[in-house]
Parts: sequence; C-alpha cells; structure tokens
Amino acid sequence: MRRVSVIGGGHTRFMANSPNTGLELLAEASMDAIINSKISPQDIQAVYCGNVLGDFSEGQGMIQSYLANEIGCNYVPATKFEGACATGTIAVQNAAMWVASGTYDIVLVCGVEKATAMGTPLATRTFAMFSDSRFEYPAGFTFPAVFAMLAHLYASHYHIPLEKLKEQMAHVSVQSHHYGAKNPHAQFQKEITVEKVLGGPIVTTPLQLLDCCPFSDGAAAVILASEEVAKKLTDKPVYIAGSGQASSGHLASQYQYLPRIRAREIAVKQAYKMAGVGPEDIDVCELHDCFSIASIIAAESLGFAEFGTAGILWEKGETKIGGKTPINISGGLKAKGHPLGATGISQVYEITRQLRGELMDQGRQVEGAKVGLVDTLGGDGIIVNLVLKRD
Amino acid sequence: MKYKLDFRTYSDALKKNQLLGLKCRSCGNITCPPTMVCRKCASFDQEVIQLSGTGKIKTFTTTYVAPMGREVEAPYTIVMVALDEGPWISGNLIDIDPARVDMNIIGCWVMLGNKVFPGDCYSSGEAARPLFSTVRNI
Ligand SMILES: [Zn+2]
Repeated sequence: MRRVSVIGGGHTRFMANSPNTGLELLAEASMDAIINSKISPQDIQAVYCGNVLGDFSEGQGMIQSYLANEIGCNYVPATKFEGACATGTIAVQNAAMWVASGTYDIVLVCGVEKATAMGTPLATRTFAMFSDSRFEYPAGFTFPAVFAMLAHLYASHYHIPLEKLKEQMAHVSVQSHHYGAKNPHAQFQKEITVEKVLGGPIVTTPLQLLDCCPFSDGAAAVILASEEVAKKLTDKPVYIAGSGQASSGHLASQYQYLPRIRAREIAVKQAYKMAGVGPEDIDVCELHDCFSIASIIAAESLGFAEFGTAGILWEKGETKIGGKTPINISGGLKAKGHPLGATGISQVYEITRQLRGELMDQGRQVEGAKVGLVDTLGGDGIIVNLVLKRD
Repeated sequence: MKYKLDFRTYSDALKKNQLLGLKCRSCGNITCPPTMVCRKCASFDQEVIQLSGTGKIKTFTTTYVAPMGREVEAPYTIVMVALDEGPWISGNLIDIDPARVDMNIIGCWVMLGNKVFPGDCYSSGEAARPLFSTVRNI
C-alpha cells in the first residue's frame, strides 16, 4: 500500500440559512481545494462525496454526480457515502484506500449539508433517523436525547454530582466558542460564559441549548494524492498515517459498555496501531462534540483521560493551546457548526492546516504540531478515526 | 433465513403487554429487543421466550424539543431500563410529571406497559413501544 497525502483543502463558512444551494456550496469548497492544491479539475480521477439529507433539505439526491459535472470533472467515477454525522470521514477513509491501492493518484473528497433549509422540526425528525426506527424512534428519541441519557448515565455510573458534571460540560462549550470566535469559517464567532450555558433553555434534560451543536449549512473538501504526486505539488505534505472504523447497534444494545462507547475504543486502536502512535503522541485533536457530554466521553475513549475524569481536562484548560492535548481548536461542531456530510472533511481540513502550521494568523496554531487525530461519530454508533502526520 | 422473532411479532406481543425476547441455545445469552442472531455469539439457534417486563431504570431524559409531528407529546420522558433478565430496553416513563423526573429516578423499579406509535410519513407502519411505570412510589 502507498502512503496517501492530503495536499490541499477548501471550506465554506458554516452558517444558518445559506443563500447558496447545496451544490453551489459543494462546488465552491471543491474548487478552492483544487486551486489550493495547484491542480486542475481534469487532474481529478475520482470523486468521493459525503451528503446525508440532501433529499429532505433540497429534494436533491445523487449530488456527487452533479458536483463532478459542475466543476468539470467529467465522466469520473463519483461515489457518495452515508454514515450520519460520520459521513465525511468515511468518505475520506474510503477515498484514501483507492489512492493507497495504486488505482488513482489524485482524488477529490467533498461533503455538504443544508440542514437549516429544513427548519428545526423536520431537521429534528431527520436527525432522529440515525437512531433505531423500530426500537428508539417510537419512544420519541431525538439526537440530543441519546446524549442526554448518556450524560445522566455518566453522572450515575461515575458517581459525579450532576451539577458538577453540568459545569464541566459548560466549560466544553465555552472553550469551543472561544476558538470559534477566531475561526473565520465558524458559524458562531462569539465568546460565551459558563453562566450563559447554564442559564439557557432546556432541550432535553440535562442538555441545554448551548450544550448542543447547531443545525448548519456548509461544505468542505480535500484533495488526496499519492506520496509521489504530493511531493511534486507541496513542500508540506500531510499523510493519512492510520485509520479505523467500527459500528454498533442502537444505544440500549450497547448496555454492557455504556457510558463507554466500545466502537470508538476499537476504531481508535486500529488507527493508532496503523500509524504507530498512541494518545500521548497526539499534538492536536478534532473530536466529535455534537453535545458537550460527547466531548468528555470521546476524550476518554481516545485515551486522553481515565474513564470518568475527562471533564477535568476542560475545567483545567488542558484541552486548550498550551494544554496537555489541544482539542477542537477549530471551535468544534459546537461553534464551527455541524453540516453532517461536511463535518468529517472539515475536521481533516482543520488538522491538515494545523500540521502545516497555517493557523498562526488566526491566533489558534498549535505550534510544532506533527501528529493529529480526527474522531467522528455517526448516529448511535459508527465511529471513524484518522491519524494524520507530517514528516 | 427467516427470522425467529421479527419486528411485527415482537410489536404485536408488546401491544398485549407481553415482552418477547430470544434465548440463545448455544451460549444462554438473552437478546431483547430481538436481533436475527444472538448478540453475544452470533448463533442463530435461538428460542423465543417471554420476559418479565420488570427492571430498573438506568438512565432517562425529559425531552422538550420534539421532532416534527410529535410536538404535542412534549415534554415526555424517555428511559433505558435494565430488565431483570439482563438486557436494556428503551421506552417512555409515565405516571410521573416529566418536569419532576430527576436523578432520583435512576435505580427505581418499573414494570412494562405499552403505547403504539402510529407512525408518520417516514415510518413503515405502527410500532408499539414499552411504557414504564414505577412499581413503588418514589
Ligand atoms: Zn449466543
């Protein structure tokens, strides 16, 4: 297998109520990725696309084919992936295999969502489709409800007073907004306080509005290339050094492990092993903070803290630049936004820029970062992890 | 391969407050709600059994923002219950004001009833779900 490099990327601003169509957002991010990689659309040999709810939000299926045509990648194979919120990362992981295998030298991976076009009631309904339609949705499951139950279970399982946990969760959101304020692509570019989080309206107990990521519109894209091609096009190649993926059933079926997410522990172990690194080697991480409690649970599975203790990382600022493991320096899903199909690709874009040292101007560069981790969760339990490295 | 216990059969039994599950003849594991093969060892040599329908609340949430078409149901409380036989299942909690449900509910004993979700334009028909009520006053 050949080494696979991320040679460039593109990223629209994530926002609510984008005036552009999903296809336009996808084409803009994709062309930026092509231009930033110093290639032309004719160099793209295949397109891998992430889009989850285009049929509900715009009545548009099969967007990957229209995208290829839109940007002049005529007649190339165009494939779409779906894994709920993990969609984009699955697209990157699978695209990388085609390059690693030697089939293609240069491919485009792009993802998009226009979730806010649905409005909150339909968006809530469609996001609930990533729980079990037989055993969960009839009881009124929503996506926040899944993590709300995990939050209560976490407090009970580790004997942490709920008020204490809620405060730690608030610190997660506060940090995300702190860095989101510095990220020109972020949906929310303003600071918030712990008091503001704890004073917000309740979505589903114990989660309040600012514990939850927003519905978002936006697109992101990256170009993957073989090592040989990458070295010709950039003097700062970043490599996909490891990847892992695992799946699971509905939440109650995972009862022997909860509040731990077994799929994540399996996926990240694969990724670490393939890359020859461990959690202690990770200089910067983008993890799936769809809800504040999700960050705490994820950080433990990824090996950054003992089980039941990750809230302390955020409380003490260990997840900030200069801390033990900088996490979600992009603002994360919470502040940067969460356009499902684009989310994982946005995470890869962010880590690539961190490893290339390109974020100094934005005041959120983790200096000297060489190894980064991407963590994305879809629905009840698809997890994808990628380790990115520079030489 | 045909299902030993398909969803329609499971849901129809639940409508009569009967909770069906599967017991594995290879490893003894009980799976509920049902899956095609044993969740523990993947054997398909399973027999249909009726479970007690009683258990303990492990976690909960009271939901205020409901999905499209279910706004009138909010606020409602969702619970995950550890059945006496081991597996956890999800359902709703009734007989308690949702706004009053807090951490003290965890560990309470509950017994099973049911309510039918009639389905919406994205569902393949109706589906019964467990409706739990506490066995003792809290
Ligand atoms: Zn078995």
